[in-house]
Amino acid sequence: MKLLEIQHRMLDAVMQPLTNDEQMQPRTRDGKSMHDVAAEFIKPNDRLSSFERLEIYNRQYWFRVLASLDEDFRGLRAIIGPRRFEALCKAYLIECPSESFTLRNLGSRLEWWLRSHPEHLQPRAGLALDMVRLEWAEIEAFDGAAEPVLVPGDVLASDPDPRFRLQPYLQLLSFHYAVDDLLVAIRKDDSDSEMASNAVSERGKRARLRKVARQKPQAIFLVVHRVDDSIYFKRIEPQAFKFLKALREGKSLSIAVTQAFEGQDIQDNKLLTTVQGWFENWSNLGWFCTPNSTDQDFIPASGRQS
Amino acid sequence: MPANPFNGFTDFGVGIGLRVPHYQHILAEKPVVSWFEIISENYMIDGGRPLRVLDQILDRYRVVQHGVSMYFGSPEPPNREHLKKLKTLVKRTQTPWLTDHLCWGSVDGTYSHDLLPMPYTFEAARHTAQKIREVRDFLEIPIAVENVSSYAEFHVSEMTEWEFLTEVVELADCGILLDVNNVYVSSRNHNFNPLDYVNGVPAERVAQIHIAGHSKFEKYILDTHDHPVIDPVWKLYSRAIERTGRTATLLEWDDKIPSFEEVHNEALKANQFVADMAVTS
Repeated sequence: MKLLEIQHRMLDAVMQPLTNDEQMQPRTRDGKSMHDVAAEFIKPNDRLSSFERLEIYNRQYWFRVLASLDEDFRGLRAIIGPRRFEALCKAYLIECPSESFTLRNLGSRLEWWLRSHPEHLQPRAGLALDMVRLEWAEIEAFDGAAEPVLVPGDVLASDPDPRFRLQPYLQLLSFHYAVDDLLVAIRKDDSDSEMASNAVSERGKRARLRKVARQKPQAIFLVVHRVDDSIYFKRIEPQAFKFLKALREGKSLSIAVTQAFEGQDIQDNKLLTTVQGWFENWSNLGWFCTPNSTDQDFIPASGRQS
Repeated sequence: MPANPFNGFTDFGVGIGLRVPHYQHILAEKPVVSWFEIISENYMIDGGRPLRVLDQILDRYRVVQHGVSMYFGSPEPPNREHLKKLKTLVKRTQTPWLTDHLCWGSVDGTYSHDLLPMPYTFEAARHTAQKIREVRDFLEIPIAVENVSSYAEFHVSEMTEWEFLTEVVELADCGILLDVNNVYVSSRNHNFNPLDYVNGVPAERVAQIHIAGHSKFEKYILDTHDHPVIDPVWKLYSRAIERTGRTATLLEWDDKIPSFEEVHNEALKANQFVADMAVTS
C-alpha cells in the first residue's frame, strides 16, 4: 500500500465520529467493518488489536477538536446547553473539518454553517447566532494586527475631508440581543463555579438558564476592541456605529457623517459636538491608525479623482 | 559536539518551553533561564498579547522555534501562506534553528491537528526529505526533525523507526530533535529496546534533545507532557548525551502545568547528567 493511500484511509477513520460511549465506530462510512479496514494497514501487537491502535488516534482527534470549540464558544454552549452544544460541534466538524494549520481557526465557519442549520439552535436561534458572532469577533480582535496610532487632528489640518483607517483588530457588530452582558455573566458563572462546591455549581447552572431565558430582543451596537492587549466590549450609539462602518468601508469623513445621521433632523452645532466627542473618545482608545502607503482606499478624498 | 550545523553552531544548555501560565512570573521575576522554546503556531498571528509578550521575552532571552503543523510527511506541498507566516516569525525571533515533527497530519488541505505516524518506507522517506529541503530552502535556517510518540505501526514498514529517521535526515541533510521521552513511549507501545533507538541515530546530526513526562494506561503509554521525567527516560537522556556530547536540551510540560520553579528545576536536573558525563569521560 502506498503512502497516500495509507494517509487517506487513516484520516478517514480518525475523523469519523466516535460512538456515544466514545469508542471508534464498528463500521466505516461506507459500511465496511472497521476491524477489517484497520487490519489492512495497521499491525496489531500483543496488547492491542489494529482496531484499538487506530482508535487511540480517533479518540485523540475528537477530544482535541471538541475541546477547542468548547473553549472558544462557552457562550453558545451556555445558551443551548452542553449536550446540544456537543452534538452541534460534531455535526459542524463533520461538514466543516479544519482547513487551517491552527486550531485558532476551527470555528471560523461556525456562524456560516449554523445559518443553514438553525435546528441546532432552536428555540433561541437569534440569541445563539448573536453569541457565535460575538465569540468569533473576540478571537479576531485578540490577535488581529495593530497599526501605529493616528491622531485625527493631524490629518484634519492637511485635509478637510479625509478618510480615516480603523485599527484592523477592531470588530464592529450589531446584535438583536445584549449578548455582551450575557457573555460576561456566563464567564463570571464559569469562574465562580470553578471555585464552588457541586451544590453551589448546580445552583449556578440554574441561575444561568434563567438568565438566558430572560433575554429579550434588544438592538445593540458594539465595538470589540483592545486596551493593553485585553479585550473589551464597548457599546456605541446607532449613529456612531453607522459612522464607523462608513469609515471602515473607506468613505470620506463627510460621507460618513451624512450616512450616520441620514434621515435625522439635527442641528449643525449638535452634530459637530457629537462627532468631535466620538473622535476624542476613540482617539484616546487608539482606534485610528495610519493609512497603508499602498492602500488606494485611503488616499485623501480631496486628492482623488471622482 | 554541542554546536553543529544543525543547531546553527550554538551551545544553548538546558531550557524550558514558554507557556502562558508562566508569562507573568517570567516577565515580573526575570528568572535566569538559558533559553525558551516557543510553539511557532502560537505566535504566527498578526498582533495582540502573544506577540507583545514574545517581544518582551526576546529582549531578554534566547528563543528557539518548535512547530507542530508543518507535517513534513503529509502528501501536499508546503503551504506557501503557512511558510510566509513562519518566515515572518523566524525573522522576529532570530531562532538559530527550527524544529518540527517527523510525521504527517493533513491530506488535501484537511487537518487532523495530530502528529500521525509515518509508515517507515523508502517512498515515505524520499517524499518527506524532499519536503524538508523545500521548507529549509524557503526559511533559510537549519531544520531539525523530531521523532514522535506513536501508538500504531504499519504493515508496509520496511525498516525500524530509527532507520527511517536516519534515512530521512541523511536524504534531507537536516538535523534531529531527539525526543528521548518519545523514544521511551514508542518503545513500550511497540516492544523494542529504546537503547537500540538512541544508539542507532546519527549522533552528529542531533541538534537538540527533548525530555518530558507521560501517562501510563493499561495497554499503552500516552505522550501527555503532564508529569516529571521518569528515571528510564533520564537513563536514555544520559546515553544520548554520551553519544552526542552536551546538547541543547528542552523540557516539555504542556498540561497540568505546575509553577515555573517546578518546571525549571525539573529541566535543570539534566545538568547533573551532563556533569556526570564530563567526570566519566
